[in-house]
Amino acid sequence: MTRLANPFPGGDPLFNHGLDLTVIGFVIVKTLIVFGLLLVSVLLYIWFMRKVIADMQNRIGPDQAGPFGILQTLADGIKLFFKEHSTPARADRPVYLLAPFVSALAAFLAFAIVPFGGIARLGTHTTFLQLADPPVGVLWLLAMSGIGVYGVMLAGWSSGSKYPLLGSVRASAQVLSYEAAMGLSIVGVLVHTGTLSTRGIVLQQTWQNWHSFVSQWLWLPAIGAFVIFLIAATAETNHPPFDFSEAEEELAGGYHIEYGGIRFAIFYLAEFMNMITMSAIAVTLFLGGPSGPKLGFLNQGGWVNVWIVPVFWFLLKLWVVLYATVWLRASLPRLRYDLLMDLGWKVLIEAAFLWAMVTGVIVVGQDQHWNLWIVTPAAAVAALLVYGFLMMCVPGKRELEDIR
Amino acid sequence: MTVVLFFIFGALTIGGALGVVLARNPVHSALFLVLTLVSVAVLFLLQDAQLVAAVQIIVYAGAIVVLFLFVIMLLGVDQTEPFAEPLRFQRPVALALGAILLAEVLLLAGHRWATGAKTARGVGITGGAFGSNIQRVARVLFTTFLWPFEITAVLLVIAVIGAVVLARRSAQTPDSESESAPRSGS
Repeated sequence: MTRLANPFPGGDPLFNHGLDLTVIGFVIVKTLIVFGLLLVSVLLYIWFMRKVIADMQNRIGPDQAGPFGILQTLADGIKLFFKEHSTPARADRPVYLLAPFVSALAAFLAFAIVPFGGIARLGTHTTFLQLADPPVGVLWLLAMSGIGVYGVMLAGWSSGSKYPLLGSVRASAQVLSYEAAMGLSIVGVLVHTGTLSTRGIVLQQTWQNWHSFVSQWLWLPAIGAFVIFLIAATAETNHPPFDFSEAEEELAGGYHIEYGGIRFAIFYLAEFMNMITMSAIAVTLFLGGPSGPKLGFLNQGGWVNVWIVPVFWFLLKLWVVLYATVWLRASLPRLRYDLLMDLGWKVLIEAAFLWAMVTGVIVVGQDQHWNLWIVTPAAAVAALLVYGFLMMCVPGKRELEDIR
Repeated sequence: MTVVLFFIFGALTIGGALGVVLARNPVHSALFLVLTLVSVAVLFLLQDAQLVAAVQIIVYAGAIVVLFLFVIMLLGVDQTEPFAEPLRFQRPVALALGAILLAEVLLLAGHRWATGAKTARGVGITGGAFGSNIQRVARVLFTTFLWPFEITAVLLVIAVIGAVVLARRSAQTPDSESESAPRSGS
């Protein structure tokens, strides 16, 4: 894989000339714009989800508010906003009020590292179309999903009743377990690209031609990691078929039963923001982010090709991934909780580990000019043998019963 | 700017630490601990130590305190604790150890770190010969300090296996015939 030189090695060029009021203003405006766009995306996503699922079930779906019912979510939001607030008598009030905001804040902050376009020029200033490009990059995502767990846990605990507590314990156990698998699946990508920065990762996947699309976009060279990431991200966001935090038959609604009105809406918002963030991260890490072929009929160096087209490619890929999530929601029934934990701890983590090692072998092989046609299958076979050996050591269901 | 941020987050760190000790409810204590940890992460960022800041949030705020909360919530110890001390010599020993720790920190503050940076501000770390300070830490970790690094990894694996073995053994005792045996690993 050819490594492309980073045109902006020092990070966002906005900060090249020090920090003055204009720069701070830029950052604030960027933050507001990204926040607004994310809110609009959530509104559209919920509408889109309801429409697509309705279509798959031969229904019409929302069609009253606005053309094609597109304002339905907005109407729901306004209704929730004006509903009466109630706090359970046994609630721990400060924590109860804090929890929804922790969820939403973590969900929004995680989106900050997603590059959703190339660069933008305004006057003398140049900036990335990305809220922040910290050197820790992807680790920021893991940190924020770690903070997001607090929202769920605290909501469940502070409500002061049993069902939300059970729901929150389930949800946080699930998120923590799958965070391990997700982190390990990202390792493969990091080994491939040699950087943590999301922009750096996207830069390694720049579109050159169809050949680069196949061999350089990480969905193919890291396909194992891609699959593991998709499964882990689905579980991480409590999305069906892994939506145990709100399994309504068992838990009456999960960690946010005791929340109503706008506070419930904030949890709902956080959940869908997480959804969109994870899909955007999948696009960034594996699908080349905002890179794609330039549109030939437009002026190649013109502002449309420089600004709009990368954003267009990013949004296109994002909505393809989001469509897939809706599809999952419509077609798969919920798993059983112990099967979910088994899948996470006994399959995904090992698979992610072994895939990271195979990736390491491939990268070293490329550096040392080994014959990859021999090295890669050999590494994969070795990994499978190790996995088989591990699985033989794990006692099966029947043996566990015998032990008991 | 940096100085202002330092004072804000320094104050938050100390306030959070006081909250941990003074809060009556263990869950509130744990939350104050998170505040302290996140503020310390920001202080790390001010020192250009981005990796340490990220690891601080992922490991301490994202995993360890969550574990504390799990224990507090599941074992139901969220009542106020009595102030009678089980160990009478605890307080003077804690004071002495605290004083030693403070002296140690003050002593270390005048030294250099393994990454070659001076203590005060990460001059020369960013954009050096090795690239960003994350790459620099990685290089040092996997060359000079490879042996201690691997030993630490083995130590952690031993700890994990030990914990699993202990958990299994208590689940296999004959008197626990109910299904309440904890699932290992989850």
